[in-house]
Amino acid sequence: MKNTFKKFAIIALSCMMVFALAACGGGGGSSESSGAGELHIGGIGPLTGPAALYGQAVKNGAEIAVKEINEANPDGVQIVFDMQDDEHDPEKSVNAYNTLVDDGMQVLVGTVTSAPCTAVSAEAYANRTFALTPSASATSVVEGNDNVFQLCFQDPQQGQIAAEYIAKNFPDAVVGAIYNNSDNYSSGIFDAFKKALGEKGMSVAAEEAFASDDNADFSAQLNKMKNANVDLLFLPIYYTPASNIMKQAHDMGYAPKYFGCDGLDGILALEGFDTALAEGALLLTPFSADAEDEATQAFVSAYQEAYGEKPIQFAADAYDCIYTVYNCFNETGLGTDASMEEICEAMIEKFNGGFTATGLTASGDMKWAPTGEVEKAPKIYLIQDGKYVEQ
Amino acid sequence: MAERILKNISTRGLKNAVKGNEYRKEALISYGILIIGYIVLQLGASVGLIGKHLQGQFVPICVYVALAISLNLVVGISGELSLGHAGFMAVGAFTGIIVMRVLEPHLGIMPIRLIIALIFAAIMAAIAGFIIGVPILSLRGDYLAIVTLAFGEIVRNFMNVLYFALDENDHLKFAFNHTIDGITNDQRILTGAIGATGVTKAATFTGAMLLTAFTLFVVLNLKNSKQGRAIMAIRDNRIAGESIGLDVRKYKLMAFVVSAALAGMAGCMFGQNYSTLAPVKFNFNTSILILVFVVLGGIGNIWGGMIAAALLTILPEAFRQFADYRMLTYAIVLILVMIGTYNPTFKARINSVIDKIKPKKKKDSGKKNKKSKSGKEVA
Repeated sequence: MKNTFKKFAIIALSCMMVFALAACGGGGGSSESSGAGELHIGGIGPLTGPAALYGQAVKNGAEIAVKEINEANPDGVQIVFDMQDDEHDPEKSVNAYNTLVDDGMQVLVGTVTSAPCTAVSAEAYANRTFALTPSASATSVVEGNDNVFQLCFQDPQQGQIAAEYIAKNFPDAVVGAIYNNSDNYSSGIFDAFKKALGEKGMSVAAEEAFASDDNADFSAQLNKMKNANVDLLFLPIYYTPASNIMKQAHDMGYAPKYFGCDGLDGILALEGFDTALAEGALLLTPFSADAEDEATQAFVSAYQEAYGEKPIQFAADAYDCIYTVYNCFNETGLGTDASMEEICEAMIEKFNGGFTATGLTASGDMKWAPTGEVEKAPKIYLIQDGKYVEQ
Repeated sequence: MAERILKNISTRGLKNAVKGNEYRKEALISYGILIIGYIVLQLGASVGLIGKHLQGQFVPICVYVALAISLNLVVGISGELSLGHAGFMAVGAFTGIIVMRVLEPHLGIMPIRLIIALIFAAIMAAIAGFIIGVPILSLRGDYLAIVTLAFGEIVRNFMNVLYFALDENDHLKFAFNHTIDGITNDQRILTGAIGATGVTKAATFTGAMLLTAFTLFVVLNLKNSKQGRAIMAIRDNRIAGESIGLDVRKYKLMAFVVSAALAGMAGCMFGQNYSTLAPVKFNFNTSILILVFVVLGGIGNIWGGMIAAALLTILPEAFRQFADYRMLTYAIVLILVMIGTYNPTFKARINSVIDKIKPKKKKDSGKKNKKSKSGKEVA
């Protein structure tokens, strides 16, 4: 009894110390007052854990947009952006969302990944928070939620575009696919891809699935692909398992043409990955850091200056998200003292009423369907000499 | 040998005589933590002192506390190392989601539906516990740990290929390893590894707290019963237990199955707190997390585990201010607490600090004893 009391005392003591520390850390954010006030935009994404690269990219991209907007018009509405970590876990993501609401968030840019976004969308719907996600592409994100919109393509849209492209450009290919059946994103794209390919008179000769955590060894899947004479391998997966697939295929002397979706974006920046292995791969991604246009180049150089690396698609998505939210908010004519709920209703009205946005991730205008999905022109890139070349 | 066994039994008898008092103390502290916790949190939330952030964690905290209590039954009281607790949680969570969806058109009253779902979750998890328990409980120590670990992974992978849907006639459809044809998104209940989406949330703080209280009630009463003493006797000395005619397997299985059923109920409550739930949530990490609660709180110490579960759920969230260094801070604190609770030198230093405050403590404990006595008289 005495012993356990001591244990408890130690735990309590150490916690008190930590809380005291935490209190010290939290006191830094003093706000500068400006004429038109501040718009508080919250962000949620994985800043730690296996999907951290996406969350970090979104954070960086959004911060660049925020800096630009605030510097361009010091007398206008100033944006305060706060990004919270969710470790790619729905439970943590809801916690992050609640933290942001507590801290006075008015608009949400997030969540970055699909499964957490689905959980947060339901909360945001109940609380009336307007949410524009840069990269959560599952249909379940917007289903039944009038307040959630996507800046990226939905999974089925990606699958369909990929199938159409393959049917048009590689009508004689033997198509195989390796996908992650424990992932909304991956299986969503794959299902639509298979269906759309069937409608074009082609079929998936070999399909193999894997589950997210045990994605180190793909020799079984690759052997099946090889035995089925697959020469075009569709990989609707994230770049980490894809890099393993490419490496292991190379080791066994198997060299199909790869076709990936936006999850593959980032593979060239992966540490320890030989970019030669990805040579000739095609991918469907709305953004390339090598594009020649002025807006992209300006963004890329600002990003490189600030973070010392090339931005990936997620960064561009987030950049566009901030601008879209900012422009739409200005169109509503509301002041920055408007509540989260008021802004939500006003912005839903704008989005449903034909609001158009431009940005890095669309060649033309972006529009939104009332269901929440985006309507924009797709882009397909070829990896050549370690760079993306637009097709 | 015989002398040693006899000595063991006689000290056990002595210990049991003291147990009554010890049990009362343990129950008082455990229930006290629950009741005070509930009142403080509920008041804080209604007054507005506690923000949405902490309020959103009320249900998970209750669930993790219940899980820590139920795992303590196996690890602390029965003395077996189980690494598959998340597996039972998963069985309960998905059973609960299916039952809730099936009953939705027939039974409008949410709390009753939730209770039925909890009962089903407990039954299914108990069955899973029985199936796994019968063959493996003759294993000991490390071997048992390895098999339970495998069990947790098997459950998760099984859930990864499980498909459920409710068709337009409200009939439950079930498929294995492939999607069900001819159903819309709304009709899906479980979609393999994607899990459940669009769950109508049924969990409330009060509900979750009642579940935790129920878990505590079951475990404390089992611990203080004839069966509970048999379980602990076997833990302390298996040979001695067998020699006085205790059925080792039966008692070990009893602890294991009860623990599984309780974990299933906690899992069910957890599943009802989020609009989406995927099997990947119930991976090895979650099993370890629950075990960490139990170990940090002191193995066999039920209220210690409760406090550890609550603190370790809140801490990573409380560290949000550290931004980039959040997980690093959490890890450091975890290590410090581990060292603090198990390092004799560190303990000795703390002891000397505590000794200075001690006279006060004595008075307090005196008061407590009086209170409990008078409480007994009233009862």
